[in-house]
Amino acid sequence: MAIGLNEFLVVSAILFALGIFAIVTRKNAIMVLMGLELILNSANLNFVAFACFGGMNIEGHIAALFVMILAAAEAAVALAIVLNIYQNYKHVNVDEVDSLKD
Amino acid sequence: MINFDMNLLTAHLSQSISVFAPEIALLVTFIVALFMDVVFKKTRNASGYTVCVGLVVTGILLCTQCGVKDNIFVSMLAVDPFALFFKFLILISSLVVCLMSFFSDELNKDDRKMGEYYSLIAGMTFGMFLLTGATNMIMIYLAIEMMSLTSYVLAGFTKEIKRASEASLKYVIYGSISSGIMVYGMSIMFGASGTMNLVELAGLISAGKVAMMPMIVASLMIIAGFGYKISAVPFHFWTPDIYEGAPVTISAFLAVASKTAGFAGFIRFAQMILTNDPFLDWKIVLAVLAVLTMCIGNLSAIWQNNAKRLMAYSAIAHAGYVLMGMVVMDEVGISSIMIYLFMYAFMTLGAFAVIMLIANKIGSEDLDDYNGIGYKMPVLGAFMVIFLFSLAGCPPTAGFVGKLYIFTALFESGSQWAWLAVIGILNSVVSFYYYAKIMRNMYLRGDANDTVERYSFSSASIALVAIITVPVVLFGIYFGPIVEWANNSVALFFN
Repeated sequence: MAIGLNEFLVVSAILFALGIFAIVTRKNAIMVLMGLELILNSANLNFVAFACFGGMNIEGHIAALFVMILAAAEAAVALAIVLNIYQNYKHVNVDEVDSLKD
Repeated sequence: MINFDMNLLTAHLSQSISVFAPEIALLVTFIVALFMDVVFKKTRNASGYTVCVGLVVTGILLCTQCGVKDNIFVSMLAVDPFALFFKFLILISSLVVCLMSFFSDELNKDDRKMGEYYSLIAGMTFGMFLLTGATNMIMIYLAIEMMSLTSYVLAGFTKEIKRASEASLKYVIYGSISSGIMVYGMSIMFGASGTMNLVELAGLISAGKVAMMPMIVASLMIIAGFGYKISAVPFHFWTPDIYEGAPVTISAFLAVASKTAGFAGFIRFAQMILTNDPFLDWKIVLAVLAVLTMCIGNLSAIWQNNAKRLMAYSAIAHAGYVLMGMVVMDEVGISSIMIYLFMYAFMTLGAFAVIMLIANKIGSEDLDDYNGIGYKMPVLGAFMVIFLFSLAGCPPTAGFVGKLYIFTALFESGSQWAWLAVIGILNSVVSFYYYAKIMRNMYLRGDANDTVERYSFSSASIALVAIITVPVVLFGIYFGPIVEWANNSVALFFN
């Protein structure tokens, strides 16, 4: 069976769902950030698959590059913030960082 | 679309760069401010002054762009009067936030290094400038990330304070999820149409060449990303927590500049994409968003006991009023949005400035600690009352003019949106209750007869608040120029 556009789209949809699942269920901040990476990479897979199989122009590849760079920048900022949370709370459990609420 | 004649491309790029001058000035400010902090170690706020000068220079460069209408960097960005209006608004609020930061005890405690703070404000302003003119989906994503990444850091800038670090953690997680969902929506939109350019996309959509399901799913995902930035319900859950935890100046910046930029991007996207959609009437979706945002924002604000948290829910409610203008989505509607955001900027900045000065003295933003505080600071108390009346939309303040134009736009667009205007008016009545709660605590609780000792404020800080009060009062009476400016900007946007 030849692998076509549909297979890529299904994989990316599964990755997206797994990312959302990880963000909702994981308690550790690092695991939540990994869920975020899954979401961004599912979008990347979409961009590249469409650009490759859809006979479209190069814009998809360029978009994927930009998203990769931004994912790296976002991870850098997010990890610095998580490190700061660790210094203040001595843990990185997202559920227990909840002093601000109604 | 792109001509690969090298000479043409070079000419196009040099033309683009000359129109891009204000943004370049901001970037230079961003870098110079970082170095100023290292060079002048002894001078406090050296980078703060640099950023103020840089913002003023940017404003002068913006003035040279009046009436320019251009597509730059191979139609990545549009430079038009519509973007210019929002750029001026963002610039003014950045400048006010910079000036406010000089007086914040919370930020300037313990000889904190403030170089990064001011340069990040310049960086965030740059991101917001890009968002006002973005006409390509990848540019929209880049601009939103540029302003988000800097604001994550700024929200947690006072990093030894627990609630600030908690605010920045929540902000970075919620913010990245929403922008991740947005970029996934963009990838679907790209797959369905084959282009990232909003102009080409609008043509394809109105020609009916984009399939229905991907179009609706992708639009919803992109609306989620914008909805997060403008804190529209149901994407608002981060707003109260982040506004309460972040430094007051940054809460003000998020409430005014970030929201304004989000609306500028959202209006451009909605005007080009959503109004051309043959499958679904997005006005209904926007109307539902507006009603939810107004009602939940106002009703939650009633129960709040923290001034910053109350202002956060008030900011959500104001986003709902602006969304009502988006439902109309013609020239009258968009110009009413611009008038509203212009008025909203000053009154919100002013209210946050007074909250910050009070927090400097009593070290708290709890409304119970505000009891009788109006008698200890008669001048600032009077200014605060003006801001609160304006936020509630009472004449003759700027807030009334903004609301008047939004409601007029709704009634003028025909009878089908009259119910929305009625809900909006009822909401303004509800909002008066919680703004009055602040005034009640300031003046009616506590003893007026006691010889209370007055708080002393530096004359510069009172002058700053007085300067913010001027437009709130002036534009409540003499609003002709603003209305004319907004109308002219929109007229050029639609042609």
